[in-house]
Amino acid sequence: MTTTTTTPPVGHVIPISTRKSQTLYGFVLIGVGLLIFLLFGLDTEAGVTTTFGMNLVGSEAVTIPNIIVPSQATVFLMAAVAVFIGAFHLSRGIRSLGVVLGVIALTFIIAFLTWAAQDKSFNLTGMISSSFVRATPIALAALCGVVSERAGVINIGIEGIMLLSAQVAVVAATVTQNLWIGLLMAILAGALIAALHAFLVIRFKVDQIVSGVAINIVGAGTTSFISSRFLERATDTLNNSGTFPIIKIPLLSKIPVLGPTLFENNIIVYLMVFLVIALHLMLFRTPWGLRTRAVGEHPKAADTLGVNVHLVRYINVILGGMIAGIGGAYFTIGSVGRFDEIMTAGKGFIGLAAMIFGKWNPIGAFASSLIFGFADSLQVKLQILRVPIPSEFLLMAPYIVTMIILTGVVGRAIPPAADGQPYEK
Amino acid sequence: MTQTATVKATKPKGIGGGTLGQALLVPALAVLSGLIIGAIFILAIGENVLTAYGALFRGSFGSLPALIEGIRVYFSTGENQALVRALYPFTESLVTATPYILTGLSVAVGFRCGLFNIGAEGQFFIGALCSAFVGYSIRGLPAFIHLPLAILGGALGGAVWGMIPGYLKARFGAHEVVNTIMMNWIAFRLSDWLLNGPMQASGFRPVTPNIQPTAELPRFFADPLRFNWGFVLALVMAYIVYWFLFKTTLGFEIRSVGANPDAARYAGMNIVKNFVFVMALAGGLAGMAGSAQVLGVDHWVGQGFAAGYGFDAIALALVGKSHPFGVVLAALLFGFLRSGATEMQSMAGIPIDIISIIQGLVIIFIAAPAIIRWIYRIPTIKTEETVLTRGWGS
Repeated sequence: MTTTTTTPPVGHVIPISTRKSQTLYGFVLIGVGLLIFLLFGLDTEAGVTTTFGMNLVGSEAVTIPNIIVPSQATVFLMAAVAVFIGAFHLSRGIRSLGVVLGVIALTFIIAFLTWAAQDKSFNLTGMISSSFVRATPIALAALCGVVSERAGVINIGIEGIMLLSAQVAVVAATVTQNLWIGLLMAILAGALIAALHAFLVIRFKVDQIVSGVAINIVGAGTTSFISSRFLERATDTLNNSGTFPIIKIPLLSKIPVLGPTLFENNIIVYLMVFLVIALHLMLFRTPWGLRTRAVGEHPKAADTLGVNVHLVRYINVILGGMIAGIGGAYFTIGSVGRFDEIMTAGKGFIGLAAMIFGKWNPIGAFASSLIFGFADSLQVKLQILRVPIPSEFLLMAPYIVTMIILTGVVGRAIPPAADGQPYEK
Repeated sequence: MTQTATVKATKPKGIGGGTLGQALLVPALAVLSGLIIGAIFILAIGENVLTAYGALFRGSFGSLPALIEGIRVYFSTGENQALVRALYPFTESLVTATPYILTGLSVAVGFRCGLFNIGAEGQFFIGALCSAFVGYSIRGLPAFIHLPLAILGGALGGAVWGMIPGYLKARFGAHEVVNTIMMNWIAFRLSDWLLNGPMQASGFRPVTPNIQPTAELPRFFADPLRFNWGFVLALVMAYIVYWFLFKTTLGFEIRSVGANPDAARYAGMNIVKNFVFVMALAGGLAGMAGSAQVLGVDHWVGQGFAAGYGFDAIALALVGKSHPFGVVLAALLFGFLRSGATEMQSMAGIPIDIISIIQGLVIIFIAAPAIIRWIYRIPTIKTEETVLTRGWGS
């Protein structure tokens, strides 16, 4: 491992693709550095400071001082760091692509926020914590996808399931005056619709995409129908549930920044975190997980070994539906306490994107959801900051970044081999 | 020998195999079943089913007595008001069906190549914006140049929007489902900016200026009837897509890549070229849907212009079994249902969303002939299986 500085290393052949990507990312880094300088650096004034608020009002976390930085110097520093690391990557090479990408993302975001909030104050902790909360429904949708697709059943109807269970949750919770019953009913509703999906695609071999699309259309139709026919006339008695309270975990919630983000949330957010970890362990460490993956990759082989393919698929699709049901409940009883038409606003599809982006892997799906959650939260914060460049372009950034990452790094996302195919003995 | 002969004699190939009657039996029963379940919903909210469906029918086709009366009045007095009113529902249904035909074709073409285009909505929006831009910014051109230019602008805009995910898929293997969804969101943000800035008409509303009259798709009748040449354009495109897919070498290649990419690659077909081309074509068709809508119907573009078309398009392609003619029929069905529903809402007070429920059910029933055969006890006939989708299409 004695890489020399001048001569090409002998016996340590860098594959061509790696060398190519090294050059590519080296230049990308330098480009990002220049971009930071041109976009933000030239537009910041000397002597102006940016304040990053580190404390959330009403949070239990130990108060720490806000970070106040000179705007221009910080932006220039970030540009310099990007260029320097780019040059370093070109000459020496950094082993981990993750580090390179991290540097790109971090320098750009810090520079951007410093520039956007120059002469103002920007609550960083609030931003981080709201990203996490907004990632919750996306992550739950993605988990629903993971569970069902790992067993070989595509569920594109997540959007419809979430809409329906969102409505069921709020109505049940309002009528019974009990949020827990609302959550339970949402899970039940999700399970029922998913069971219907499973029944159609397994028993009748309906094309899985067709069934999913139909669920989306019926979901949007039914909820809007009920909403305009019943809920709008009786908001107080049917559509006003209140939301789950914030549960502060003792001690842990006192940690600055992390506390308000991770340990001061409502039950649905905690459930999401629990599910991410539990499903990851279950999928890769338990017999159920092994069977699921076998059924998704090679159902015939699994069948030969005595696994009941159809049963596994039923169980997984329904389990996925229950998770999506929790995701649906988030929209109503987890965040605003009432139902609005088409309130899921494409989150189900973003969840599917997160699932593919995360390579059908719970942790990966969760990480991708965080990116979209960040995007979502940025959208709200930017409106407050009144940035001088059109905010629409900044709001495009996460989607463009996703496409770039998908293209450059993640590349070919390969679904489970039997994904989307009905199984016949 | 005789047996095969009789089989051949009784079963000429229809769209899905079987005679035309058999081919249409299941879809017809599917629509019927959808309407029956829809009726249960209407009963459940305590409304009169006959009133509701009567209004739905009148709203989508018009009523025969009114039409006869209209013709009589027109010929006896020359007064055409009554005739126009009688024709309005039917023509309006065709107007509604026009963008459905084109976006449905867009998704269908993708399916034929094994690509899942979720991005028709974004492509539609971009196409509409490009057409609107060509339509209002260029002045003084004669219509026979301006109109084709505006349509071309829309098609090109959509094509570029579709081609990007196609290229990324072909070159880097990046998943088209994710990328088309991302392109949708980029299109929405871009349109937000354009409609609030560079393309905004004078005034406060985020809409584009009206297009020049020279860029409008001509209408067949006078003003309240919006029926225009866009419908003809859509039908012509459906035929061209059919001819292209089934009668040309490139179309055969595309279908081969869709049916079995490995075999196609082994046979020396260029997968990369096919992916890029098909996504550009799909985008172009969706873009053209946007231009037909703006040039023929609305004459300006506002926010939410594309709402829902992309996802309805998936349903249309699926119901039409990814066959251009099937897509046209499905689009007509959706057009009549949607257009009639407006009337049903205003006349019978049934929320328009009931149509979404009926549509969803019809989709399931058409996609699962097994259910219909099971309910109505129709004996199974072995038909040629059409590949609808291949999972995530990778």
